[in-house]
Amino acid sequence: MIKKEMIAMLLAGGQGSRLGVLTTKVAKPAVSFGGKYRIIDFPLSNCINSGIDTVGVLTQYQPLRLNTHIGIGIPWDLDRNIGGVTILPPFEKSVNSEWYTGTANAIYQNIEYMESFNPDYVLILSGDHIYKMDYEVMLDFHKQNDAVVTIAAMPVPFEEAKRFGILITDENRKIVDFEEKPENPRSNLASMGIYIFSWKVLREALIANANQPNLDFGKHIIPHCHEAGQRLFAYEYNGYWKDVGTLNSYWEANMELVDIIPEFNLYEEYWRIYTKSNTLPPQYISSESVVEKSIIGEGSDICGKVYNSVIGCGVHIGKDTVVRDSIIMNETSIGEGCTIEKGIIAENVVIGDHVHLGAGQEAENETDPHIYNNGIVTVGERSTVPGGVTVGKNTVISGKTVLEDYPDGQIVSGKTLIKAGEER
Amino acid sequence: MRAIGIILAGGNNHRMKELSQKRAIAAMPVAGSYRSIDFALSNMTNSHVQKVGVFTQYNARSLNEHLSSSKWWDFGRKQGGLYVFTPTMTAENSYWYRGTADAIYQNLSFLRNSHEPYVIIASGDGVYKMDYNKVLEYHISKKADVTVVCKDMDPHENVERYGILKMNEESRIEDFEEKPVVAKTNTVSCGIYVIRRRQLIELIEKSAEEDRYDFVRDILVRYKNLKRIYGYKIKEYWRNIATVEDYFRTNMDFLKPDVRDYFFRQYPDVYSKVDDLPPAKYNVGANIRNSLISSGCIVNGTVEDSVVFKKAFIGNNCYIKNSIILNDVYIGDNTHIENCIVESRDTIRANSYHKGEDGIKIVMEKNERYVL
Repeated sequence: MIKKEMIAMLLAGGQGSRLGVLTTKVAKPAVSFGGKYRIIDFPLSNCINSGIDTVGVLTQYQPLRLNTHIGIGIPWDLDRNIGGVTILPPFEKSVNSEWYTGTANAIYQNIEYMESFNPDYVLILSGDHIYKMDYEVMLDFHKQNDAVVTIAAMPVPFEEAKRFGILITDENRKIVDFEEKPENPRSNLASMGIYIFSWKVLREALIANANQPNLDFGKHIIPHCHEAGQRLFAYEYNGYWKDVGTLNSYWEANMELVDIIPEFNLYEEYWRIYTKSNTLPPQYISSESVVEKSIIGEGSDICGKVYNSVIGCGVHIGKDTVVRDSIIMNETSIGEGCTIEKGIIAENVVIGDHVHLGAGQEAENETDPHIYNNGIVTVGERSTVPGGVTVGKNTVISGKTVLEDYPDGQIVSGKTLIKAGEER
Repeated sequence: MRAIGIILAGGNNHRMKELSQKRAIAAMPVAGSYRSIDFALSNMTNSHVQKVGVFTQYNARSLNEHLSSSKWWDFGRKQGGLYVFTPTMTAENSYWYRGTADAIYQNLSFLRNSHEPYVIIASGDGVYKMDYNKVLEYHISKKADVTVVCKDMDPHENVERYGILKMNEESRIEDFEEKPVVAKTNTVSCGIYVIRRRQLIELIEKSAEEDRYDFVRDILVRYKNLKRIYGYKIKEYWRNIATVEDYFRTNMDFLKPDVRDYFFRQYPDVYSKVDDLPPAKYNVGANIRNSLISSGCIVNGTVEDSVVFKKAFIGNNCYIKNSIILNDVYIGDNTHIENCIVESRDTIRANSYHKGEDGIKIVMEKNERYVL
């Protein structure tokens, strides 16, 4: 008989549209982070480090990169005879075929998968946060309190509380009420979107709400359990936890990694973060180069000057190029004599010689000021930037651009240059 | 596939000096992220050899640890796989491996129970990329009994530690001397052989009967006129790392762009065990010139013309020049290291000074490390 005490369900189907061009072709959990990692590596590593060896990954939006990254789970030791990692895309049924229409709907559509492991508890995770957390400790808390639902929550400053789902608890951390993005928060305990459910209750709640459109945990399942008078608890977490949902928070979280002793420390022996490594060789730093306050991935070739930046694997940076306050992802190549300031350059980008990214004064982005702001230059994956051009701040470039796309050889601050449909 | 593979990784010698105290040569770290045996293993898997036996004896712990899973080289297969043979006591035999031929003899069932017609024998201390199928094709076309891969070394190089061979115009080996006092040619054997499986079993059994145990001395050299032994000359990069000088030089070769390009960028790749280390980190004060830095390193000082292996920590105001820093080394602040090989897991106290005056100095301090 197959029996797992707790299995994890990892929601990785969302687009993450606030990451702009970074998620045009990949789901947010598959976006690179911290040089060699992808965002989904953090919850997956947390699972295996917490002793959870059965993880269902729910995919929907642009899953190819996720599928190839996860494979059969070898990097996370999740290649198991029983359990292990399973990718769960939406599938056709004899009646009522549909996409995953909400977080809980996705889980509902996979009741059979969960049932096959005969679990006592189900852990619900989302694939878009950076943190290290021992879910086993959270499970102990769940058991001690005889809880039916435990929600991981972290204290946030009151002024920021209105961006989150807020939990109001009694002195024993039992949840008495909750508010979604309240104007005047009554508490500062923000839900982290991590839930432990006792399986029977989750199953019952999913089936009871099956016909609810866009079935969601925060909006429907948790209130359903609360109204039924179930024991809901908040598990307070005080470690590092970062939502990287916007370009700005994504950039900041990456930049924190280059501090002398980063708050989120990847160099600790304990609680390793695993990822699929395609590139093994060491990195080469040439005689003319300067590298300071940066992290650099395997197999990169650095001939220029790199300050305060996060560089991925297999990156090439040409001679006399200066890279400052930037994120450069895997396999990207930057020519000679370039200047790159506060850029987020996605994977497999080719940038010609003497390109200046992040020049001039800031100006509001013309198409998506809520996405592209704070002076960041964003270049989407597999883009080409021709040599000799100048690009301003709060700009975005995507696609195989040529010199003709740059009037007078430049893109001024706030411009959007997305060439769609030319690829493939 | 038409061949099985054998990798001879048991050896050790005094020419590696203190470096061999810790491990067999095949387990020596090479080029920042690899172990010496990775090259032979990757060549095997890239040549589609599915079944490979590794023969090991001397100080095999480090090597066994490296081979703890065969999946990194894609040998985790139902058909074939990676077999590690360490000496065992049996009813008939209680000896260690007394030589390379003896090692094969003691595991002859590995050869007998295979069905592939050919065997590729390689050593674990070579750094090279090779498609063994090309050697096999050549072997078949020459109707050879044994094919020996060989290379012309630089004329000024000392080749007396190799097997030296002389070929006629048809590439048949006329003369084969193992580690001669004075080498007659500069064509050296790379320690890579192709031989028909049944032929190998026959030769090994005959040697065992005569109490002869060495594959090169007792088979290749003895049978050089009797059997059709051919040389297959390679022009590509090949180095043996079995002396301190060669080990140092081979690592330093990876600072050259063409060598890096050949091994790291051109197809096929070299595989190794994945260590799950974070990216290398450069703090304020780091100053790197012409060096290889591996993952998991934290650098605070100056590194010049050096190869730094995985997970090394280099303190503030250090000066590392023309040196090899092996895995997991901690170097305290204000330390000067020049022309050295720093042994793995070593802890160098702050304000130390090490310099190889004539030749390469091997640094092994064996200090306690206090970890917070």
